[in-house]
Amino acid sequence: MNARTLNILGLGLVGIVGIAFLILTPRFAELDTVLELTVYMIMAVLSLSLALIWGYGGILCFGQSAFFGLGAYTYAIAMFNIGESTVPFLLAIALPAAFAALLGYFVFYGRISDVYLGVITLTVTLILFNSINSTAGPEFHIGAARLGGFNGIPGIPALNYPGNKAAAVDLEGMFYLSTAALLVTYFGLRLLLASRFGRIIVGIRENERRAELLGYDPRAYKLVTFTIGGALAGFAGCLFANWGNFVSPTIFGLAQSAQIIIWVIVGGRGTLIGPIIGCIGIQWLTTALGANQPSGSDWWTKLLANAPFIFGVILIAFVLLVPKGLVPTFGDFGQWLLRARTRRVAAASLEPKQAEEG
Amino acid sequence: MAEPLLQTRDLSMHFGGVKAVRNVNFTLAEGELRCLIGPNGAGKSTFFKMLTGQLQPSLGQVLFRGHDISKAHAHEIARLGIGIKTQVPSVFDGLSVRENIWLAASRIHNRHRVNAVVDEMLERIGLTSAANRLVGQLAHGQRQWVELGIVLSTDPDLILLDEPAAGMTHEEVNKTAELVREINRSKALIVVEHDMQFIRMIAKQVTVFNQGSVLVEDSVENILRNPLVRDVYLGKQAAA
Ligand SMILES: Nc1ncnc2c1ncn2[C@@H]1O[C@H](COP(=O)(O)OP(=O)(O)OP(=O)(O)O)[C@@H](O)[C@H]1O
Ligand SMILES: [Mg+2]
Repeated sequence: MNARTLNILGLGLVGIVGIAFLILTPRFAELDTVLELTVYMIMAVLSLSLALIWGYGGILCFGQSAFFGLGAYTYAIAMFNIGESTVPFLLAIALPAAFAALLGYFVFYGRISDVYLGVITLTVTLILFNSINSTAGPEFHIGAARLGGFNGIPGIPALNYPGNKAAAVDLEGMFYLSTAALLVTYFGLRLLLASRFGRIIVGIRENERRAELLGYDPRAYKLVTFTIGGALAGFAGCLFANWGNFVSPTIFGLAQSAQIIIWVIVGGRGTLIGPIIGCIGIQWLTTALGANQPSGSDWWTKLLANAPFIFGVILIAFVLLVPKGLVPTFGDFGQWLLRARTRRVAAASLEPKQAEEG
Repeated sequence: MAEPLLQTRDLSMHFGGVKAVRNVNFTLAEGELRCLIGPNGAGKSTFFKMLTGQLQPSLGQVLFRGHDISKAHAHEIARLGIGIKTQVPSVFDGLSVRENIWLAASRIHNRHRVNAVVDEMLERIGLTSAANRLVGQLAHGQRQWVELGIVLSTDPDLILLDEPAAGMTHEEVNKTAELVREINRSKALIVVEHDMQFIRMIAKQVTVFNQGSVLVEDSVENILRNPLVRDVYLGKQAAA
């Protein structure tokens, strides 16, 4: 089996599993499970935004939540002012994308080094956190939308079918929409990465100087990649604001920013399916840990129910033991198995010969 | 006289107090093959970096077909038609040989033509059977060939080769010399090399660098006879 057939098989598998999941889940699962799975799907879209810019573009952004949060807030604010969701939906993608383009322009064209990009994006998200956090008073409003400060914005109107304000998307509809969004994002990114543009950004990640000496302008390619990442994170933010009909400044917080990076590290950079698996797995673990309140009062039962502690351990374990992340490591293991089999076959075909000689 | 392909005027590069290149006036005609030699630290690689936009000259100018490119970005210079094989091979180690060549070729060819061009180049550098291997896993000599293939695939009018034969076997060196002569049928080249055997195989005109300046410029026969050149290579201070 060569790489190409494996690739096509993989794509087919993801498609079949994804569509089966999309169709079957609401039929067999309880509503609260469907609700839970919906947010996993939304966060997986967010994880893909970092998978693209970091895993393929080599741009380490510590503040991907800035664009996620901007998307959510933009949707909320626009929704209270407009009422029909088509424009708010588009704004929730366009505004974070424009913000990413502006930030990226200064960073990439200003020749600021990659490490500083991490620091700058982290700072930006913390600035957003602090600014929005301090807008609790009624004097802070944009049009009809009160920003609400640390209390957040509750009661955000749901998306409606384009152009039809009366036909709002219900909970089950949100599940379909979010799962479809994930599938479309995944396959869209696969297409992008197989295109000339996608191959060039990987080349730039591998050796920026060489790409430059071949005549590619790395600044332009990174800017476009970063902007697409911002748009995707904003899109996820819009879905998230719809999911709970609520958004608060914690969306910009350090915990949220760190989580996205952990999803990608655990799942594996340089793949798309990895960060999706990392994202869903870790969120599932968070829920499971939260549900299992410690029954005993031993220090170790308490420790095991302490989610940040567990995540810390997982992160360190991955960085030290599985630095490439789950999916690439499985890939290596699979290749090793294939090679081992080829060796065995080769050895078996040699045996009769040796027997003749002996 | 026809306009030269490349010309530098008082080109200089200072690193703090170190004058790595000083006041170099260098001229290369269209289609010329020039060898650049000189002891370690003479400033050859620094000179190349200024020609390709990897370093901004401290002083002086670089003119390529009359355009001043001394302040241009590396990618702009590449698009004007200067390609470089760097001293430390600069390739895409994490990608396959084919992808390396593809990335170079697709800068100038559209997607209908690019795959055929890549196949041709793989054949030309003798790596067709290794096309799907990761470049990082290849032997040093083969990585040099990949880099040559990358540079040739963007079809530059001027090709700079910084020690192309380093780390190659005797056989590979011969093959490289042959390739350089073949490239020179249609392109101009500047080749930096320490291997005198190799220089003899390819050179017509040679420029000798010493301590950042041009020491002499002459035909290869005269350079090899020149006692001054012998002295700088033996580490003696040049009398002049
Ligand atoms: N980035 C830098 N910063 C400071 N000094 C530098 C830098 N690059 C080169 N040099 C110095 O400039 C001088 C010329 O270096 P260069 O690499 O151009 O020499 P070279 O002729 O290519 O030598 P070699 O034959 O060993 O490759 C050396 O003294 C080197 O130490
Ligand atoms: Mg050098």
